[in-house]
Amino acid sequence: MPKRDLISIEDLSRADVELLLDTAESFLPVLERDIKKVPTLRGRTIINLFWEASTRTSSSFDLAAKRLSADTLALKASGSAVEKGETLKDTAITLSAYSPDIIVMRHPSAGACQTLSANTEASVINAGDGKHQHPTQCLLDLFSMRQNLGRDLDGLKVFIIGDILHSRVARSDIMGFQMLGMEVTLVAPPTLMPRGIEEMGVKVEYDLANLKDADVIYLLRIQKERIKAGAAYLPSLREYSQLWGISQARLGPKQRVMHPGPINRGVEIASDIADDDENLIAHQVFSGLAVRMAILYRTIVGYSDGAASGEVL
Amino acid sequence: MERTWCKPLPAAELLIKGGRVVDPESGVDAVQDVLVKKGKIVEVGKDLKAGKNTRVVDAAGMLVLPGFVDLHAHFRTPGREDEEDLATASAAAAAGGYVAAFGMANTEPVMDNASLLKGMARQAEADALIPVGFFAAVTKGLEGQELTEMGELGAAGAVAFSDDGMPLPTAAITRRALQYVKVSKRFIAVHAQDASLFKGGQMHEGPASARLGLTGIPDLCESLDVSRTLDIAAYEDAELHVCHVSTEKSLEAIARAKEAGVRVTVEATPHHLTLTDECVASLDPNLKMNPPLRAESDRKALVEALRSGLVDCVATDHAPHASEEKDVPYEEAPFGCIGLETAFSVLHKELVESRDLDLGTLVTRMSAAPARIAGLDAPAIAAGVTADLCVVDPAAVWTVSPETLQSRSWNSPWLGQELTGKVRLTVATGRVAWDDLA
Ligand SMILES: [Zn+2]
Ligand SMILES: [Zn+2]
Repeated sequence: MPKRDLISIEDLSRADVELLLDTAESFLPVLERDIKKVPTLRGRTIINLFWEASTRTSSSFDLAAKRLSADTLALKASGSAVEKGETLKDTAITLSAYSPDIIVMRHPSAGACQTLSANTEASVINAGDGKHQHPTQCLLDLFSMRQNLGRDLDGLKVFIIGDILHSRVARSDIMGFQMLGMEVTLVAPPTLMPRGIEEMGVKVEYDLANLKDADVIYLLRIQKERIKAGAAYLPSLREYSQLWGISQARLGPKQRVMHPGPINRGVEIASDIADDDENLIAHQVFSGLAVRMAILYRTIVGYSDGAASGEVL
Repeated sequence: MERTWCKPLPAAELLIKGGRVVDPESGVDAVQDVLVKKGKIVEVGKDLKAGKNTRVVDAAGMLVLPGFVDLHAHFRTPGREDEEDLATASAAAAAGGYVAAFGMANTEPVMDNASLLKGMARQAEADALIPVGFFAAVTKGLEGQELTEMGELGAAGAVAFSDDGMPLPTAAITRRALQYVKVSKRFIAVHAQDASLFKGGQMHEGPASARLGLTGIPDLCESLDVSRTLDIAAYEDAELHVCHVSTEKSLEAIARAKEAGVRVTVEATPHHLTLTDECVASLDPNLKMNPPLRAESDRKALVEALRSGLVDCVATDHAPHASEEKDVPYEEAPFGCIGLETAFSVLHKELVESRDLDLGTLVTRMSAAPARIAGLDAPAIAAGVTADLCVVDPAAVWTVSPETLQSRSWNSPWLGQELTGKVRLTVATGRVAWDDLA
């Protein structure tokens, strides 16, 4: 079986996505047990290679691998060979000595996963590369939607609001949401909306005038760096929150809010929303584990129905 | 939404009799009476009768025109009230026939936050004789680095955004501004100038500067930045206003952009429309302004552009300076001249009487066109609208002097000269704001 990478949501068909979500669902009972572990990937090696700090994503992958009984190795950019000037290609070759089955990588540069994949026998799973893609976030978002809003996401209207320009999450989500039949509207300050993005089949808006049309409101984190002199994307976080921030007062009763975290209270999201369990934000974090278990599992055993999840548990 | 503020004055009760009413908006050019009751024009026609308590103005031989709107003044407040404030600026505007005027943001402190704007609006309600409004800065402190809170400033009533006095330093910040301004549904007004070509410049670069030994400011200095900014506005499909255009090269770029559908409006000043770099030979510091007085060919192109509408409107760039600042050698003087009180006289005499421009076109460029750019209703002389008009004696001769000017400063290019044509009465938003008849 040729190795299978997950670098972009585009690497998956709709059937693949649905299989992954079904697989993740089948892992949920495991996570309820006293002993939250299955032997499925015993003897397999999974390396977490994080060139950018991300406690949330790296620990989620690490725990997912351990729940599946894989051997794990975590490498962080700080203190490693990276700081001594080793190239990504050299790192890939070095890691081959451990014969990993999967390398999960986060990297600040788009294209890093392709470089890695070209230089390793292992399957590469993208845990975020530059502003390009973050497919596992998209999959866990889909999982949370499906668990909370019903299995049929067709026709659901999603508004993704925030710094679209710098967001790999947005790019993966647009593709993944559309793949499952959702209608996507992007809302951002004009300075943070990528030119030409409407070609992806999304609606583009600069204010919240049509927010009432949304079933799901997906908020993106606004970083202080966007205000600095020289960046000048935004005049202030205060004005951002006035014009684009979401608080309970702006929401209708049936609208649900999502956020990939970490949140900026008082900027893109008001505390009354962040603390409201009706929203899916906490569930997204919870979904991360089951979905990443499913991704690791399917990457190794294959995306075919023959390897149905139930029989292996 | 409110974009201008002025102090409450008693509503006018007037019968303006026998003047030549020229209002292209209403399609009128005829001798008519205009009856104003409670600040509203109630009737325009022949042989109208005044009720009691109605003042009758004998306008025989005079022009009755829609009031003018100035998109570009410097009120100098806050910060330099020794040069001008809202009371004197609005008095000067009223004396020039203006019924609304807008101040640029290069005050001290800079008009770059909504609380300052709201404070100035309150000040205008206490001091301003005619409605005045304010541009807010594009970048904080006019530093060309960080955007201002255009959403909040627009909601507070900023008419638009400009760093006038300073060009936007980079294409990147120009682009960001043109993108972000969309949240306020306003436009960006640019003082186009290539900083590197401007450096050290004293006057237009040409035979006059060569002869006078003054460092030149080439026409390129303006047109390069105009072209670049137009390209960015086109790319972002944003609304742009070009301040005080002065060169034929800039006009060519603007013509191409307008042809291509770019959403750009343009203003030109009375001084660029009537004076040239040859005037600078006197080395009168009041002839030092930025952009500088240009060549006669540029001036002619500007007049033609004003006629055709390529230049949408007249704006004064009224820029008061204290006498001690201008009472220095030309080369040491700051840039800028006042213009509110002389604009119509000069343009009427130099362009209309010379038949380069017809009166109706001049009126449109000074009244309806700038009003629309500012988002105001166009002043009109028609029954049913609020009275925003002026009465001008086109034959009156007067001398420009500190005593005849309402402005606190007198740095006029025409200081000491006799001008023909004088505004005798201005009614702004239904109130008598200037009265030189009594
Ligand atoms: Zn200027
Ligand atoms: Zn100016």
